[in-house]
Amino acid sequence: MAGIRKTARRATLYGRLSAFVVFSAFPFYWMVIATFKRDHDLYAPANNPFVFNEPPTLDHLRTLLFDTHFLTYLGNTFRVGLAVSAITLLLAVPAAYSLARWAKRWGEALGIGIFLTYLVPSTILFLPLSRFTAGWGLQNSLWSLILVYPTFTVPFCTWLLMGFFKAIPRDIEEQAMVDGLSRLGALVRVVLPLSISGLLTVVVFSFTLSMHEFIYALTFISDSAAKTVSIGVPTELVRGDVFQWGPLMAGALIASIPVAVVYTFFLDRFVSGFTMGAVK
Amino acid sequence: MTGQDDGGGIRDRAGTLAVLMIAPAIAYIVAMIGVPLLLAINYSLSDATTGDPVHHYAGLVNYRSALADPVFRLALKNTFVFALVSQSIVIVLSRVLASALSMPFRGKWAVRFLIMLPWTAPIALGAIGWLWMYDSIYSPFDWLYRRAGLLGKPGDPFGPMTNIYWLGRPTLAMASVVIVHVWRLLPLATVIQLAGLSAIPGEILEAAEIDGARGWRKAAWITIPLTLPIIGIAFLFGIIFTFTDMTIVYILTRGGPVNATQVLATWTFFKGIEGGDLAQGAAISLFMVPVLAGIAALLLRMARRAEVT
Amino acid sequence: MARVEVRGLSKRFGGFQALDEVGLTAREGEFLVLLGPSGCGKTTLLRLIAGIEEPSRGEVLIDGRVVNDVPPRLRNVAMVFQSYALYPHMTVRENIGFPLKMHHIPKAAAAGKVEEAAGMFGIGGLLDRRPRELSGGERQRVALARAVVRNPSVFLLDEPLSNLDAKLRVSAREELRRFQRRIGVTTIYVTHDQVEAMGLGDRIVVMNRGSIRQVGEPREIYERPADTFVAGFIGSPPMNLVEQGDRLVGFRPERFLPAALTPKADAVAWSFDVTWVEDLGAERLVYGTLGGKASEGRVVSRIPASVPIAIEAGRAYPFSVDRVDLRWFDRATGLRTEGGAP
Repeated sequence: MAGIRKTARRATLYGRLSAFVVFSAFPFYWMVIATFKRDHDLYAPANNPFVFNEPPTLDHLRTLLFDTHFLTYLGNTFRVGLAVSAITLLLAVPAAYSLARWAKRWGEALGIGIFLTYLVPSTILFLPLSRFTAGWGLQNSLWSLILVYPTFTVPFCTWLLMGFFKAIPRDIEEQAMVDGLSRLGALVRVVLPLSISGLLTVVVFSFTLSMHEFIYALTFISDSAAKTVSIGVPTELVRGDVFQWGPLMAGALIASIPVAVVYTFFLDRFVSGFTMGAVK
Repeated sequence: MTGQDDGGGIRDRAGTLAVLMIAPAIAYIVAMIGVPLLLAINYSLSDATTGDPVHHYAGLVNYRSALADPVFRLALKNTFVFALVSQSIVIVLSRVLASALSMPFRGKWAVRFLIMLPWTAPIALGAIGWLWMYDSIYSPFDWLYRRAGLLGKPGDPFGPMTNIYWLGRPTLAMASVVIVHVWRLLPLATVIQLAGLSAIPGEILEAAEIDGARGWRKAAWITIPLTLPIIGIAFLFGIIFTFTDMTIVYILTRGGPVNATQVLATWTFFKGIEGGDLAQGAAISLFMVPVLAGIAALLLRMARRAEVT
Repeated sequence: MARVEVRGLSKRFGGFQALDEVGLTAREGEFLVLLGPSGCGKTTLLRLIAGIEEPSRGEVLIDGRVVNDVPPRLRNVAMVFQSYALYPHMTVRENIGFPLKMHHIPKAAAAGKVEEAAGMFGIGGLLDRRPRELSGGERQRVALARAVVRNPSVFLLDEPLSNLDAKLRVSAREELRRFQRRIGVTTIYVTHDQVEAMGLGDRIVVMNRGSIRQVGEPREIYERPADTFVAGFIGSPPMNLVEQGDRLVGFRPERFLPAALTPKADAVAWSFDVTWVEDLGAERLVYGTLGGKASEGRVVSRIPASVPIAIEAGRAYPFSVDRVDLRWFDRATGLRTEGGAP
């Protein structure tokens, strides 16, 4: 009796999980199919769309890699991500440390204030910022993105790092000061080595969010050699109004999976930022 | 002792350091978020265009003309509908999914990875996948319906045409957008709720089981009340992300068919960037501010309450 | 070795007065214990001496030099925190060597000093471990080794034994005392544990609510408490305090014994209404109230197991205290006053 009930519970659990997995992952399965399907098979409404009715092909991948700017987009994305991570670290680490350690009453308030600026959406800021980048002559330059992307990485990462720094016992810094370091020295020589995982989280977060960004890139960049993956794939792999679905899906897939893998590893740390201390 | 180091330097003065270290971040935030926000307000009260950004004060004329525009009113309505409908669905589904994921089972990492994909992969690329799934001719849903005899012949419940045209009919297009919003935000809401569930002390759950609460009764009386703040936070963030999102609508429908799925964000883009009417665009985007301010206030209150306990 | 002095030292945290006009001198080579309940300001005082906190008012002097503006690293003090504050990302060797490295001691010389300090505390075999692989007692030794390694002129110890289990604490106490005697460095030691304070200190500083209540040798603090706070804080159970007119009379529980045990001539006798008896093996604690002319103060007597007199709860017995063992306090100020019974 108990055994049957247990089996039934397991079956319900697996049933639920499978349904959610199908819902979440099906678009990516759909990308895999399109990536390797021959055009003849792909564009045949009568064919079963879920399987390969003809042998798979690498043609679309070849087109994507050699006949489009896809690799340039990847390179651009990488450069932007790297630069944004660096800027974010430079701005957020000192700010977070200052708020976590030295600011007394106003520290928490200022920290929350900074976090709230994360809620100012790019869909309001992109109009005025497009005037900024135009004024600085940065249209179609990756620099426009590098300068603007920290608007969403710095507030969130400052908030995240505040949590990390607060978790490091004060004793250790004070000990370092007694042992011969200045306050600044204690931060650099003792606190930062102890917060490696926090710093890594910031880098991953800045990188993935830069890669995800769409609106600024769409607004600032129209030269296809300066596009990032996020806008290059949806806008450049369309000839006129004809979508090249094979290469398009291949591009979406290749760009999505690695960032998704890395992001998944760090997801719990980001969530700790979102829960704003409501979960200890 | 090191003779020349008299310790009077800046690297020992906490007060000075505290200000110096936070200054760059504050300066950046003011320059790149604060100033643009003020600039947007300024634009909205002027007659600026991208061709002629030198602006003259024009009062509330942009807000008035926005409100008089039926497309704007539709966009405003759609923005609310998309956010509220999708997030109501997300809250329910994420609750179910989170409690399933909190059970022990094999291959959890893989399952988690697949379920998180919509959030962890770039949304523009995910949306492109959906665009292909909603294709007017090759949609796999249409194929399934035809196979099941629901579509394609006279008298079939979904109509005699060979395809449904997901993004071609106003109501269906709206539903399609909502589905993608649900798909996108479900993972985030789920992990936030998981964090809430894992924070409930095991002893409370054991005590509840000893008291005879299981299944939905345990959920209704123990886990849901205990994680209510977290559920609220997940909901509010979900609202913010859908309310301000432009990517999904832009890629799926560009606001079509005939503006039926237009939202504030896309309408801002089309007016302000493609139409070049900075002033009008800024006014439209600023209609998002009251809702965002309200949500920010709610989040603040929740953060305060979390601090007290 | 150094003399540490503080003058008129105050520290406010927001609206909380953590230290109020404190003046104190630790003599060269002395083992000075700061004792008091939590929140009394003893740790704040230690941190001000270390330079981790800045005073709101007043001066800190080390060897006659005002060091208010000298950062901790240049005060040549060593500190051991309650948590030991070992650097978790470094090995024991790196932990102990860290202060030397920060003071640019040449590597070869530093290595020798690290070995020597580790040997002093018997942790030579642990040098390549990380702090998380050590037991509580081992961590404490590492922290001490790190503190002595660069020959500081002052040791500051903040409850270094409180994270050890009771048994280990006793042996660690003994070790610490022997070690301090040998190297003779001025040591300021913070604790809330009066047994530690009595056992370790050359002198004890009793603190409460941000000020010093009494400074003196352990025996003096015990025998002649300066006020009712010290009387009630030191000793376990603490001194009995009984109202008598406008004064309080105090006597230690071990001096309050059955009348048969004290010489009649010089003793003050009471009738002791016993309410409760605890037999702790080595001694009996007898609780009750004083009848007769004294008001209704609750008092306790501590009778060694060697006294065979039977005592039961619910009955009254004649008890007495030798007159020389009575202490008198002013009821209004709480301060001890000289003189005998009225």
